[in-house]
Amino acid sequence: MSQTPVRRLRLGAPVLLLAAAMLAAGCAPDQYPQTTLIPRADFAREADTLMRQTLLWATIVFVLVEGALLFAIWKFRNRPGAAEPVQTHGNTTLEIVWTIIPAFILAMIAVPTVRTIFKTSQRPGPGALQVEVIGHQWWWEFRYPELGITTAGELVVPSGRTVSLEMTTADVLHSFWLPQFAGKRDVFPGRYNNLWFKAEVEGNFPAQCVEFCGVQHGRMAYRIVSVTPEAFDAWAANFNAPPKDFTADSTANPLVREGQRLFTAKGCGGCHAMYPALPLIGPNLHHVGSRSHIAAGTLENTDENLARWIKNPQEWKTGVLMPNLGLTDQETAAIVAYLRANQ
Amino acid sequence: MATAHAHADDHHYTATGIDNRKLAIWTFIGSECMFFASLIGTYLVYKGRDVVGPKPHGEWLLNGVAQEQMLEIPLVTFGTALLLFSSFFVVLALNGAQKGNRKQLIGWLLATIVCGVFFVGMQVYEFNHFAHRGMGYTTNLFSSTFYTLTGFHGTHVTLGLVWLVSVLVVALRGKLPPEKALNLEMAALYWHFVDVVWIVIFPVVYLIR
Amino acid sequence: MATTALEHAPAHHEEATGIWSWITTVDHKRIGIMYGVTAFLFFLLGGLEALVIRMQLWGPDGRLVSAEVYNQLFTMHGTTMIFLGVMPLSAMYFNYMIPLQLGARDVAFPRLNAFSYWVFLLGGLIINASWFFGAAPNGGWFGYANLTSAQYSPGLNIDFWTVGLQILGVASLAAAVNFFVTVINLRAPGMGMMHMPMFVWMSFITQILLLLSFPIITVALVLLMIDRSFGTHFFVPAGGGDPILWQHLFWLFGHPEVYILILPSFGIVSEILPVFSRKPLFGYAAMVFSGAFIAFVGFGVWAHHMFSTGMGPFADAFFALATMIIAIPTGVKIFNWIGTVWGGKLEFKTPMLFALGFIAMFIMGGLSGVMHASPPADLQQTDTYFIVAHFHYVLFGGAIFALTGGAYYWWPKMSGKMLDEGLGTLHFWLMMIGFNLTFFPMHIVGLNGMPRRVYTYSAESNFELLNKMETVGAFLLGLAMLVFMWNILKTWRSHQPPAPADPWNGATLEWAIPSPPQHFNFPALPRVHGRDALWEMKRVAGGTLPEPTPVAHDAVPMPNPSWKPLVAALGVAITLGGFIGGSHLWVHAVGLVVLFYGVYAWAFEDPFAATGH
Repeated sequence: MSQTPVRRLRLGAPVLLLAAAMLAAGCAPDQYPQTTLIPRADFAREADTLMRQTLLWATIVFVLVEGALLFAIWKFRNRPGAAEPVQTHGNTTLEIVWTIIPAFILAMIAVPTVRTIFKTSQRPGPGALQVEVIGHQWWWEFRYPELGITTAGELVVPSGRTVSLEMTTADVLHSFWLPQFAGKRDVFPGRYNNLWFKAEVEGNFPAQCVEFCGVQHGRMAYRIVSVTPEAFDAWAANFNAPPKDFTADSTANPLVREGQRLFTAKGCGGCHAMYPALPLIGPNLHHVGSRSHIAAGTLENTDENLARWIKNPQEWKTGVLMPNLGLTDQETAAIVAYLRANQ
Repeated sequence: MATAHAHADDHHYTATGIDNRKLAIWTFIGSECMFFASLIGTYLVYKGRDVVGPKPHGEWLLNGVAQEQMLEIPLVTFGTALLLFSSFFVVLALNGAQKGNRKQLIGWLLATIVCGVFFVGMQVYEFNHFAHRGMGYTTNLFSSTFYTLTGFHGTHVTLGLVWLVSVLVVALRGKLPPEKALNLEMAALYWHFVDVVWIVIFPVVYLIR
Repeated sequence: MATTALEHAPAHHEEATGIWSWITTVDHKRIGIMYGVTAFLFFLLGGLEALVIRMQLWGPDGRLVSAEVYNQLFTMHGTTMIFLGVMPLSAMYFNYMIPLQLGARDVAFPRLNAFSYWVFLLGGLIINASWFFGAAPNGGWFGYANLTSAQYSPGLNIDFWTVGLQILGVASLAAAVNFFVTVINLRAPGMGMMHMPMFVWMSFITQILLLLSFPIITVALVLLMIDRSFGTHFFVPAGGGDPILWQHLFWLFGHPEVYILILPSFGIVSEILPVFSRKPLFGYAAMVFSGAFIAFVGFGVWAHHMFSTGMGPFADAFFALATMIIAIPTGVKIFNWIGTVWGGKLEFKTPMLFALGFIAMFIMGGLSGVMHASPPADLQQTDTYFIVAHFHYVLFGGAIFALTGGAYYWWPKMSGKMLDEGLGTLHFWLMMIGFNLTFFPMHIVGLNGMPRRVYTYSAESNFELLNKMETVGAFLLGLAMLVFMWNILKTWRSHQPPAPADPWNGATLEWAIPSPPQHFNFPALPRVHGRDALWEMKRVAGGTLPEPTPVAHDAVPMPNPSWKPLVAALGVAITLGGFIGGSHLWVHAVGLVVLFYGVYAWAFEDPFAATGH
């Protein structure tokens, strides 16, 4: 068995290479749009700093302890003719030393941890943009009480202004996560949890529910859209403009007018509001045409995807509450045109 | 190899000198403590968080009409006293068993069982009475936590009674000589535990407002 | 204890063969083997579930299984690995090895031991029977309320889960009482508590954790079951119930459960390292106290599983600090293991490879654990694959490595056959590489935003490459398992000479008796004067002991086989099984009749009565 250490090295090399490759992949977090490793807001920066400090300590400990282990394995391997080892039973000084050293390192982690805990649990001051976040099986609703906006699937925020989220759920537990901007908080029926962040950049970021919440937990996603304050104001103003009635507008595209008629006739309006209001059962679809994604942030908002979704939602998201209405291709195309026209 | 010789009495050897069965009962009781602690904890967490009546203490409203307090403290205090006395009686019975005093054993064991039966009877009456006053199992959080906590305790008392009756039958058939008094002692330990749990439940449910 | 059993006719001397002798056995060694075989089969099932999960996640928008089936798979993978894999695999060693290491003839209550096994088997079968109804549990192994309420999970799925886990809890509690008493009372004459082998010590602490934590989950499961069967509102917000109470009850059990899974493995590794380093365990007392301290503090850290629920800064800080404190005794253990190896004469036999692999992997798992002990950092990590990576480093890199090492170490004792060292080494390296390839990338994919318990991921997320690595690694792990089974099969059929009593120059009493041991283990109870009892005996004898020879089968009277524990176990399973799909009174009634019949027949049975053959 004395070749085993040699074999260990021979097999160890590719393993190390692979580990290096994986580390390289991990060190390129910009490839991952949902990454937590590139903080883009104050809250996420706090968590990230703490994580990196702990990771540094963990890496030092890892290298030293694994190093000591590997060294002992190599150094004390059985060699022919080796003497019987000294029968030591322990060493009190050593025990004390290796109790104190970890305690010291943990204290080095604990102090910034406690500081960050209290910092991140502070409530944002006045002037923050209030957003109410409500989880539903399996989509997220966003209400801006000061602006009278109710929307779904896309959290639109202005960069450079603190956003304060008050979060709850309409049914089961979910967890709202902003990997690029803040951490996550679980949402509970009848109680409100808080998160806040001040986005430092503009962009359209993916995120998704992180508490198992039933069959379509895997496709309960959403977008976080950070825009300039001017763009945000324009978005809010546009949102509050009166809804377009295409059926009353004889100049409108006939397909769109047919779509609006079908939307009512087929009962879509029973679950989806097309005007700024509290939602019915399903997501509010006011201005759905201007959203980047549909189907709880899981499909890009294109004609093809929208048609695929409306024709049979159960195909993409089995178990979703939206039924298959048995629409013909023409009917689907009309409804798609209508929804896309609601910019 | 340093060995003792093969002796059949190795089967009765224990490192501490405590009988295995006695130690096992104590261990089981330790575990049961956590069971009741969880149930009592649940009761306390939900105390006063009902959405609708009835409430355990004081008057409560049903369709605008004031209703009397649900819990009947004098009755249950009497039941509690019975249970406490039964714990004392079973000690006397055990003493009889250990001394080989058959009369003392059977008499006090019978007294213990009678007290236990009265306690269970009291609980059955109480549950029935509550049901008639409209407090079903699912009526509100109070009713669910109350019935679950006291019901699990009542089930334990009932099982203790089954055990004590079994020991009584054995004793009546003259098969509980002093060297087998442990068979009663185990049942008695369990019986004491059930009483002690009630000593916690009684103030938590009936006395603390 | 002056009474003597000589008044009883020596009843059952010789172990019979045949299926009935296994069904009625009360021999701790046979029960241990039954635990092992059953748990290994469940473990393979859990592994297959994992492979389907990995195949589904091979690429984005995978369509191998539906979302519903995927949710059942990950729920059952977790439930199976914890309750039907790792715990009963540990129970195999408790059963087989605790009496042997203590120098005892059997456990304190042999029939209760059989009862535990049968209840465990029936619980495992009931929970898995759900597959045949197409209704396997689908609420996650943690079964968070209120998703598991009747409103949001109306099917049988969660019923199978609550009932199955309650039955398994009965088995664990009965076994814990049994082993607690066994360790306290059946130590060989002269063996003080601080002389016990470390495996016995860690197992003993595990029993205490079982005794104190299982009642809590039992209450939680009972309340959930009542909610579902009778319409109460314990966890239903509409009636004032609070889903967060479920989380507290679950994790008050769930965190000690983590130590229930890992402490026996600490013990196994602490047995293997000294033997193959040829020097005693370093810092015995520190090892005992650190284990006890971990278990004790383990009851005060449950809410670190709940940092994202928003408990407020004071609770967050308290649970963060308590969690970090646990890292200290854990570190002490690791340093003492390295201290044991240090200055030794290391023989890299397969058990040693797995024990060393355990330390290397467990360090990783421990360090990532410290990373999410920090609540603000945990807000980014919890419920992502980073956590999946962490607990697999602890439970696979930790527990499974140690349990596998234990299998190679004790296989000769249990079967009388030596396993093949070459195949063992191959098994180790395949597992080491497969394990790291499967679980290391999960750290990266988790920090880069992949949540747990999702049946698919989008192409946009760019998780594909790392997931592909993980799937390849998982199949390597499957291959390693095949090598293990081939090793067992090959050596089982070979005509090698029987394994010697003491193939590894062992330190503990199980190596003092033939492999496999006779029914009564020790013809005479050994006298012990200190730690590492067998090493001491060998030293006194001048280095080696002669190969022990079997003695006459009737030398020691042993308790008769009994079918009553099986009847009582059936009673438990039927009574609780009546809660699947509501509450069926007649099923409960039948179950209670069977249970009471079993218990009474058992209570009035004389285990040493002459059998009349």
